[in-house]
Amino acid sequence: MSEPNSILVIDDEVQIRRLLRISLEDSGFTVHEAENAKRGLQESANCRPSLILLDLGLPDEDGLILLKKLREFVETPVIILSVRNSEKDIITALDSGANDYITKPFNTGELLARIRACLRSYQPEQKTSVYINGNIQIDFSAHEVKNKERIVKLTSTEFSLLALFIRNAGKVMTHQYILKEVWGKPFSDEIQYLRVYIAQLRKKFEDDPSRPKIFITESGIGYRMLIQE
Amino acid sequence: MEDTTRPNPDELLEQIKKTEQKEKKGKLKIYLGMCAGVGKTFSMLQDASKAHGRGTDVLIGYVETHGRAETEFLLFYMPQLPRKKISYKGFELEEMDVDTILEKKPKLVVVDELAHTNAPGSRHNKRYLDVLELLDNGINVYTAINVQHIESLADTVSQITGIIIKETVPDSIFDIADEIELVDISPDELIQRLSDGKVYTADKAKDAVENFFRKGNLSALRELSLRLAADRVDRQVRDYMQENRIPGPWKSTQRILIGIGPNPNSSDLVRWARRIAYTMEASWVAVHVDTPIQLNEKQKLSLNNNLDLARELGAEVVITSDIDVVKGIIRIAKNENATHIVVGKSQNRNLFSKIFKTDIVNRILDESGKIDVYVVSGDTETVDEQKKFRLPAAQSDISKYIISSCLIFLVAAICYPFSDILGHQTVALILLLVVSLLPLIMGPGPVLLAAILSPMIWNYFFVPPKFTLWISKSEDILTFIMFFIIAYVTGVLTTRIRQREKAIRQREERAVALYNLANDLSKAINLDEVVKESVKNFKKVFHSEAVIFLKEEDTALLKQVIDNQAENIPEKEFSVAEWVCANGKRAGKFTDSLPFAEYVYYPIKGPRGIYGSAGIKFANEVQFGEQEALIENFVNQVGSAVERELLNKTAGKTLILEESEKLYKTLFDSISHELKTPIAAIMAASSYLTQMKGGDKDTRTDIYNEISTASIRLNRLVENLLDMARLESGKLVVNLSACDVQDLINGALNQFGTEIGTRKINIDIPENMPFVKVDFVLIEQVLKNIIQNALLYTPAGAGIDIKVSFDNEYSYIFISDNGPGIPEKGIEHIFEKFYRVDNKTAGGTGLGLSISKGIIEAHKGTITVVNKKSGGLKFQIKIPK
Repeated sequence: MSEPNSILVIDDEVQIRRLLRISLEDSGFTVHEAENAKRGLQESANCRPSLILLDLGLPDEDGLILLKKLREFVETPVIILSVRNSEKDIITALDSGANDYITKPFNTGELLARIRACLRSYQPEQKTSVYINGNIQIDFSAHEVKNKERIVKLTSTEFSLLALFIRNAGKVMTHQYILKEVWGKPFSDEIQYLRVYIAQLRKKFEDDPSRPKIFITESGIGYRMLIQE
Repeated sequence: MEDTTRPNPDELLEQIKKTEQKEKKGKLKIYLGMCAGVGKTFSMLQDASKAHGRGTDVLIGYVETHGRAETEFLLFYMPQLPRKKISYKGFELEEMDVDTILEKKPKLVVVDELAHTNAPGSRHNKRYLDVLELLDNGINVYTAINVQHIESLADTVSQITGIIIKETVPDSIFDIADEIELVDISPDELIQRLSDGKVYTADKAKDAVENFFRKGNLSALRELSLRLAADRVDRQVRDYMQENRIPGPWKSTQRILIGIGPNPNSSDLVRWARRIAYTMEASWVAVHVDTPIQLNEKQKLSLNNNLDLARELGAEVVITSDIDVVKGIIRIAKNENATHIVVGKSQNRNLFSKIFKTDIVNRILDESGKIDVYVVSGDTETVDEQKKFRLPAAQSDISKYIISSCLIFLVAAICYPFSDILGHQTVALILLLVVSLLPLIMGPGPVLLAAILSPMIWNYFFVPPKFTLWISKSEDILTFIMFFIIAYVTGVLTTRIRQREKAIRQREERAVALYNLANDLSKAINLDEVVKESVKNFKKVFHSEAVIFLKEEDTALLKQVIDNQAENIPEKEFSVAEWVCANGKRAGKFTDSLPFAEYVYYPIKGPRGIYGSAGIKFANEVQFGEQEALIENFVNQVGSAVERELLNKTAGKTLILEESEKLYKTLFDSISHELKTPIAAIMAASSYLTQMKGGDKDTRTDIYNEISTASIRLNRLVENLLDMARLESGKLVVNLSACDVQDLINGALNQFGTEIGTRKINIDIPENMPFVKVDFVLIEQVLKNIIQNALLYTPAGAGIDIKVSFDNEYSYIFISDNGPGIPEKGIEHIFEKFYRVDNKTAGGTGLGLSISKGIIEAHKGTITVVNKKSGGLKFQIKIPK
């Protein structure tokens, strides 16, 4: 079992590691550090952290390769923390098993929020069939969706999409991933389908659909359902 | 007084150029002997084996040992290249494998028998051409040759020995050679060697001694070879003196001009001129004057041979058109600044020309003025032969003869019934009229026939006594004679006028063709058009397929420039074109080099080098002479045009470079300013925080905010710079997908935190707004940049309006602020990098709008800006659906 609330920071920049240690420890996490991929792999095996912050540009090995190695033996959530900010890089990292992606320079507040979201969504499968995120409540056994206690009628595709979002609340999902999960593989390039349905969901759940607060667009990458407090 | 002892700078430059050229090329060493058996091959192999011993990479390209044991012994040590086998008419011939040598690139290749003629189907007709190619590729060559095979000496040797020498090598090869080694033994010793059986087997040797290797022959040949070597040494000494500024007689500015006609004996004259030019160190020009007089096929061939010979021997060939040979020669002599004219002595001058001195030689002597004239025996039948051809009888086909005679008979038949009324004198005039009109439609032959026939007919049918050739009246005899003369003269004169006319027309056609080409080329605005126009003109003028290859700018590889009518050029043609381009010489069909090609290729040369090659697919053998000169003129024109375009390109590049230098400076200044400002803020704020004692919480928060703002600004600049770099690298890929405009705008707005502050953002999107097909990330970036700009100029409390609309073709996004707007003159500059209105720094990076423009243009859309009437700036984005 992993050490609760412990975070492994794999980054070659001392300054970043130092800064992360200060802010993370201040927020109640235990911090382990590794300055290269080799040490990162060792540490993740030794101290079994509950989350890994991984830089992609490591001196001895590309972070993506390390990520793939990690995924061979642990399910620990991994958040990428990198200067690489092209959509292609982000999508590749997410497809390789990263749970989230934050580009440097980053806002510490946002980083902490993502870490919390990641740790929460990583809770082992809940026994109950009811998922709740803010005002949205979805009961899988009854196939029923409520917003602010009122039943909302959804088409089956909308339901599948919402179900996917709520199961992965707080996590960014790529267009391809969502399309594959909801529509199946052959549709994985038809982003406009997705855009239409996202617009539908926003109309049905957002207070102001033109200023979405729940279904957030991650430009060029995909969508994320924000965890509502 | 001018110091004449010092070499002029041009000459020195030439010297340096020569050396430089030579350094790149392989070195050529020629072993020269007076005849077979003197030991050339042996000496050559000895030297090669010495080089081999020193570790030089030596390859025996081709050596014939003639079964001589000592020679074979030497060969034993060195790597030999297997010969290439070429089968020809059932025989298997062995040749030097040039391709393999070029592939192996040894340091030194030994090639025997330089004058050898290669088997048909080889790359070059002659082995010396192979050798030249090896040299061009930087390979050193040792080769051997006998004196009788040298072009300008071949005749002399033939005269001495009575043996016609067919295999010759142009003298110019000696100019190229870096070293010449004369392999010399005394005739007695050679005869001794022969009889010892060291050269040929005993039975053959006896035969040889009796025929070729007579002592007299050998002595003469030896003298020739010694003299050749001495000439060379003499020249080397002079070169050395010039290089080292040793006072002495400098290279002469003599220029020799030689007139060339279609006479087969002209070749002697050419060789003589070459020798004279060589000894005088003069340059020489061979001139052929193309007169209206038609040459027959044999003469044309002979003329071509003479001109080719002159070219081979290093003459500059000029072909000109003139009605009069002498005038033509004198004109060219003056143009070319010739100091000497060489002409052949007329052999059969007639009495008329002897008395009035109208033969060519005399006229040249008269008209040449200050130019020296050499009269050499053995030529100038040209002129006399040409005279014979003033009345060529066999130029028209037989039908014309029949028509012309029929016409005369017909007119006579029509006149016959009226002969009594008209009187036979009038009929004579009528017939005369017909004869004088005939040249308008007939060639000289038929006219002449009519001129002879008509007095006869007149006499027979009209002059009493009729039906006899007898003339009774004396005045009729006179009329008959006059008739005959007038008919003859009219016919001949008219014919000559027409011939001149034809010559003038031909010349005019050539001039027009050249003018058209020049005109078309001058209108061409780029390289592709130059090529297109050239091909068009080539096709039109030579009535043949034409193709142009140009060197690629960076790789120097040839690229065929294709217009849609061009046929597909086979691979082997490519290699010929490449060869021409690399060697700067004509090659292909009908030539000595690579004759298997379908086209004849000419190098496209400009003053700065070779740019490619032009191929023409002649159906018949190329008529050198005027045609060749025209082709060369054409190719030169194309060369200049290509060069012009390339220079234009370079000039354009230079301009861009200057422009980018200026930009670089602006960029540098701006970036250093933009980078340092936020860094300064962060450093100042953080250093203050560390030394702050206690302090109130508000001040602390303010300072934290400053750091945060500066960081955001710094980050934005870096992102912008990276975006700019991405945009300018051309690597930007636009991934179009259907996007919700609302989503785009939200995305852009989400990037601003507290910056929006109290400003109100009004968004107006029509209900039925369709998805727009754009790259989500890039357009979001554009909107962010423009909103950022609007935020900078909109005061707190004022609003920013974002309006979206669409029509059948485009989607529009309008973003307007309520700031002060910008001066009209700034509008056209606002999208330039680091442009700032009135140099005010408002905290932007100066790159955002420029990036936005780049992105919108990548979407094939437009972005414009206007000052609103109510104040403020309005950006309009238009993107195709």
